[in-house]
Parts: sequence; C-alpha cells; structure tokens
Amino acid sequence: MRIEITVNGRTREADDVWEGESLLYVLRERLGLPGSKNACEQGECGSCSVYLDGVLVCACLVAAGQAQGREVVTVEGLGSAERLHPVQQAFVEAGAVQCGFCTPGLVVATHDLLARSPHPDDAEIRESLAGNLCRCTGYEKIIDAVHLAAGRLTAAAPSGAAEEGT
Amino acid sequence: MEFVSPRTLDDALAAKAAHPGAMPIMGGTDVMVELNFDRHRPDVLLDLGRVAELADWSLDDGRVRLGAGVTYARVIRELGAELPGLAMASRTVGSPQIRNRGTVGGNLGAASPAGDSHPPLLAAGAVVELSSVSGVRYLPVAEFYLGVKRHAAADTELVTAVLVPRATGPEQFCKIGTRNAMVIAVAALGLALRPDTRSIGTGIGSAAPTPFRACDAEEFLAGALDADGLWDRPSPLPQALVAEFGARIAAAAAPIDDVRGTAPYRRHALAVLARRALTWAWDEYAAAGGR
Repeated sequence: MRIEITVNGRTREADDVWEGESLLYVLRERLGLPGSKNACEQGECGSCSVYLDGVLVCACLVAAGQAQGREVVTVEGLGSAERLHPVQQAFVEAGAVQCGFCTPGLVVATHDLLARSPHPDDAEIRESLAGNLCRCTGYEKIIDAVHLAAGRLTAAAPSGAAEEGT
Repeated sequence: MEFVSPRTLDDALAAKAAHPGAMPIMGGTDVMVELNFDRHRPDVLLDLGRVAELADWSLDDGRVRLGAGVTYARVIRELGAELPGLAMASRTVGSPQIRNRGTVGGNLGAASPAGDSHPPLLAAGAVVELSSVSGVRYLPVAEFYLGVKRHAAADTELVTAVLVPRATGPEQFCKIGTRNAMVIAVAALGLALRPDTRSIGTGIGSAAPTPFRACDAEEFLAGALDADGLWDRPSPLPQALVAEFGARIAAAAAPIDDVRGTAPYRRHALAVLARRALTWAWDEYAAAGGR
C-alpha cells in the first residue's frame, strides 16, 4: 500500500509498503532515515523512539498505516550535524555516548522529557528514560547530559517560557 | 494482508463482521511484536486507532466508561481519583513510550495472564463491553478471561469499552518484577476496599492461566472486618488477620514455573503482596477516619 507521512516537516511518500510493516521500517528502509535504530523490535529498548503527532512512541510498535497522514519527528528532525540540538550537544560534551546505538532514542526521549519537565531530578530522569536501554551501561553520563541540557535550555529560553517547554 | 482503518465504530464493527479473523490493533504494543517476529500473520489488520467513539472516557452512574482506545498515559493523568487501582497499575506498565500507546482495551484483547490492567479491573468489579453488528453485550471481567491469551469475545465482536465502578474506598496494586520499569509481572495483585458495601475486591495476575479473583480471601476478609466491627472503628488490623488473608490469596493461585519465577516463589510473593496491599489500603482507610 501507499503511505504518506509528514516526517520532520516534509511530506514523504512510500509505495509498496507491506500492510504489517512498522513505521520504523518505513523510516529506515524506505525514507532513508536511519537515525532511529532497529534493535529489539518489541518496544523494550527505546532505540527507535520518535514523536508521532507530538507523542513519544517506539516506531517499531506503530503499524505503517497507523502513521498515514500523521506527523512524525525523528532524531534527524531535532538537529543536524552542523547544528546540534542542545540535547545532542549535551550528550557529546557529557560523554554520554559510548557505542552510540541507543543515543538517538535517548536524545528523542530526553527532548520529550525536558519539554514536559524543564528541571527533572535524577529520579524523574531515570523514570522517564526507563524505556531506553544502554548496554554499554553508561547511564550516569546520560543523566549528567540531561542535567546539562536542562540547564542550557532553561538559560536559552525567554523568561517564563521554560515552564511550557521548548 | 489487508490494512483496514475505519473512522467510525459502525464501520469497525462491519469490518469485523466481514473479516472475523481480523486482528484488531490499537496501540500496537502487543500486536506489532507478533507481526515483527512473524509469530502471527492475520489476513486483515483492523486499525481501531482512528475510531473516535473508542477514544474517550466518561463518567456515568458511578462508573467510568473507559473507551477501548484510552491509553495508560491518560488513565494516569486523568483517572487517578476515580480509578486509583487502575491508575497505579498503569504507572507500572512498560515505559513512557509504551504507556503513550498501550491501552486498557488492548490489554483485554491480548488477555495475557500477566497483563497489568487485569488485577485492578477484577478488584473493582469491572464489566467488559463487547460490540458487534448485532448489538452490545456486557460481561463481568472475571468471566471474560478464558485461558492463556484467550477471552470470551466472539470472532465478530470487538472490545469497545470497559465499565469500571468508581472507587468508594482505598485501592492498591502491587507487582513483582526484576526492575521498576519494562517488567512483565512475575506476580501481581490488585485490592479494593469497598466501605459502602462492606466488601473486598481482589485480582491476581501472573499466577494462573488467567487473571482471577480470590473469592475465598475476599469473603474471609469482609466477614472478619464485619465481625470485629472494624469498618466503623478502623484500628490497626490484627496481624493474624492480615497473615490469614495473605495465606488465602496464595492458596487461590495456580502458578507455574517459568523463566520469570518458580511456582513456590510466586505463591510466596503473593502472600507478601497481599499483606502489604491490605496494610497500605487499611492504613489509608483508617487515616481518612473510616471513609
């Protein structure tokens, strides 16, 4: 079947999509967006985290047809190699990236967390990122990165805007 | 495979009537795993995510009518006061990503003995709404579960809602797992104190082929609370009473050994969960002055 999705602000089409295919497969294999990683294919690892109509989801658990006509934002939509999003920059600076496979999912999940809660404490960070697995066991640096990004996003936001998220 | 995405409930029911083998999909958190791993290859995937009639909840005559498309995230945000047990259980489901997509209706459709919704639904005395082109019928949730991942909906029916009585007293949910997230319950227990009818509700998960009520433990506890006049004068519960309740909960279970735990461990854990849940719920009841 044919699928039309708005991805990172652009309307994209894919043909000959299998009806049982996941959004993740469409993004990676049909639309050339390999930032969302394919690891567990069962929602356990969070490596494929994307926004679907503004809601954080595992792309591997969304049927392609369920994304028809909807808006998807992937890690590629948050920043670029030339201009990293503050969350991405914080992950680099805090050393929160080891093998890097879990990083795109963690970046999107952190982006979602900080939009809802600009100053999360460690417990809230751990709870909010509980669906994103890092098998290099690097969570301490990841938590450092979230705090770093939170501080910068708040500093960058016009006063009063931080509570609504950025 | 065919992908069918109706916009109205009538169209969804017509599609299910035309394709009784269709696999309904809502949040996809169970169904997509089956497809991704090629465990199941239905002829028709029936997407219910765009059916407006399923997407909301309403309060009606002391019950919450929870549409089958309401996510765990919304239960947590919006129904903590009306359905505290279900909201507590929803908080333990998967991760934020899973709670944003997964639904109580989908949990019923999957009918896993380990589903987190089932213990609080059983404890609350919920009723499942099953719809087809021929009409609507209502089934107590305890009669809905038939076996491991088997339920009482006919091939032409859809789970369209679950009707959950508002809590009239404290409710508790507890669950054993290896960590505080992304856990399939090794054992789980829901408990409801109902001061208005002086009755007790229980629901147990991951300890038998289906989620179930421990009726004997419910009646024992309700009888003991009545006999000792404790509903009216809520003092701390006698330890022997709490222990006996735990023992009766454990005795009601028919668990198996599997990769997540042994049968004796599950029985032991249930007795502990029952004692804790009862103590927490009763302390809350007593603290509120017996209301």
